Amino acid sequence: MLNPISLAFKKAKQENRAALLTYTVAGDSSKKQSLDILNSISKNADILELGVPHNTPVADGSQIQTSAYRAIKNGIKMNDIFKIVKDFKKLNKNKPIILMGYYNMIFQYGENRFLSKCKSSGVNGLIVVDLPWPENKDFAKKCKKESIYFIQLLSPTTSEQRLKKIIRDSHPMNYFISMLSTTGGKLKVSPKSILKNYNKIKKINPKKEIVIGFGITEKTIGKLKSADGLVVGSAICKEITKSLRHRQNPVTNVSKLVKKLKSKIL
Amino acid sequence: MKIKKKIPLIDQASKLGFWGGKFGGNYVPETLKKPIEDLEILFNKLKNDKRFIAERDKYFKNWVGSPTRFIKLENLTNHVGGAQIWSKVVSDANGGAHKIYNATVHCLLAKRSGKKFIIGDTGAGYAGKMLSMAAKKFGLKCKIFMGAKDIARQQPNVKAMKKNGAEVIPVYSGSQTLVDAVSECMRYWVANCDTTAMCVGSTVGPAVFVRICGWSTSQISRELKVQLIDEFGSIPKKLKLYNCVGGGSSSFGFWNEFMDYDKKQCEFIGVEAGGPAKSKKHAAPLTYGSKIGILHGAAQYVNQDLDGQIEETESISAGLDYPGISPLHCFLKDTKRARYTAATDEDALNAYKTVTKFEKLRPSLEPSHAFSIAIKEAKKLTKDTIVVVNSCGDAYKDREILIKRLGKKYVEPN
Repeated sequence: MLNPISLAFKKAKQENRAALLTYTVAGDSSKKQSLDILNSISKNADILELGVPHNTPVADGSQIQTSAYRAIKNGIKMNDIFKIVKDFKKLNKNKPIILMGYYNMIFQYGENRFLSKCKSSGVNGLIVVDLPWPENKDFAKKCKKESIYFIQLLSPTTSEQRLKKIIRDSHPMNYFISMLSTTGGKLKVSPKSILKNYNKIKKINPKKEIVIGFGITEKTIGKLKSADGLVVGSAICKEITKSLRHRQNPVTNVSKLVKKLKSKIL
Repeated sequence: MKIKKKIPLIDQASKLGFWGGKFGGNYVPETLKKPIEDLEILFNKLKNDKRFIAERDKYFKNWVGSPTRFIKLENLTNHVGGAQIWSKVVSDANGGAHKIYNATVHCLLAKRSGKKFIIGDTGAGYAGKMLSMAAKKFGLKCKIFMGAKDIARQQPNVKAMKKNGAEVIPVYSGSQTLVDAVSECMRYWVANCDTTAMCVGSTVGPAVFVRICGWSTSQISRELKVQLIDEFGSIPKKLKLYNCVGGGSSSFGFWNEFMDYDKKQCEFIGVEAGGPAKSKKHAAPLTYGSKIGILHGAAQYVNQDLDGQIEETESISAGLDYPGISPLHCFLKDTKRARYTAATDEDALNAYKTVTKFEKLRPSLEPSHAFSIAIKEAKKLTKDTIVVVNSCGDAYKDREILIKRLGKKYVEPN
């Protein structure tokens, strides 16, 4: 069976649009609420990235940090995260879920145990922010054995030669970081030049799906819609923070935001 | 796992940056791969370049002030009654601590790579103060990341940084100490690595930063070796080198040149921060058997929970208040080349009282941890044993804490 991630891209292509990927932090602001958010946004999002919160994140900006600290403070543990995925999959069997986080959480869980737990709870892909190529080669192979996509990150600083090597070893989906920034930074380069870089990567192997992330908001998403997929994370985390501050329901507000994001890429 | 002889320890890492196959590495976001690789190429070239070494030595000699003193603590020795207690007074160095070596080298590297900005993290404020001094000296614009809690408790160094023209950026996330400052500094680098050089303040971080820092602070043991031979005619038969260990930059530098000696002749003792006697929190991952984990780009022993969240530390000394430890020290521990133990906040304060009572030396709270263990052990050692404590920082920065904990009479009025 094809990995649901690939199916999601296929479906979006049939509809002649980019896939919409969302990122929320597991356990933000509570276990139940983060599950409710996933259930509710899955209508409009094609692929759901679920962040594994970590307390020394070296690549996340303030919005995701706030969400992560909130989730940790509310007691989220690795096993709770698997439970959230499992519960989500009961209702949404074919909606792809990607866990995104830092390697120490996997390392402490044990790579093999982590992957078998991913498999049994229904995780379809992994993004490990601080496990770059070639250090990730062995782990990526293990993922492949379990039919879980290991998603490589590519950056504007990645050299041409390195891009080729990473893509050669990569699974069907890769993630292009739009600019030099932590997550949620203001888009400091033009969408045009992001797409130029994107196309350069795409040319290396057109069959690989490439999504663009970092700094994408309601305002900028439309200009990047020619990509295979677009990830929105910090803007969603920000919406949760804002809702909590105004004592509004984050589930409703985030759903509205995701719906709006979707409308911009149709 | 074995240490190789005749190869500097910093060069004993594997191609991927691991010591002993498991400590160190480069667990970094993809964006940093390129700047780290560029820095590696530059450093590997320059560390063997005679002109670069001459340039480094020139600044170490004329600007940092090399060599720092190696003195016998006669009164303390008589008081303790055991081994001879000596001190390498590294706090003589320009700025008042060993952090000046790493800061100077990073600025020289930044100049060579054409960068105009340099950033750094700081705990006790020494790494930041020295980086601000060096940046000013070499005409680089400087930003220092510092935990809000540390800013409050190490004001003299904060003032010094600002006076040197550096921007001090308070970090409010997490425990608001060194660990968060390093994270924030790395995040800033992720977003600005095209224009900005990063200086990691200790022998921690991605492998190249561990190596650069170790290479820089090794100046301490190069000097000490000469001084020991001048004093005793040869390296003493029973030599014990005591040093506090936070990230591990001063201790590594203090030991490096003696690496190939048998540990029976030349023993290394690292003293970690045990935290308050009544608290369970500490900053002593080696002493208390913390598990290996990933922190700030490197695999190391680190205080963490079962899930892998980094645990908060507690220590009176901001400079040792770090949950992890250099991969070099993990390697030295597992190969049993060095021995690690911890001293509590109270131990350190008592040692500070004892040292300042008998000697004209004011070790900061960090080396006071080392003095505490050195004094305790020296009692039981023979007179022909040479105990050397690296007094790697001056207590001026700790004025407020010392007044609060010990009273005004223990603080000189400058």
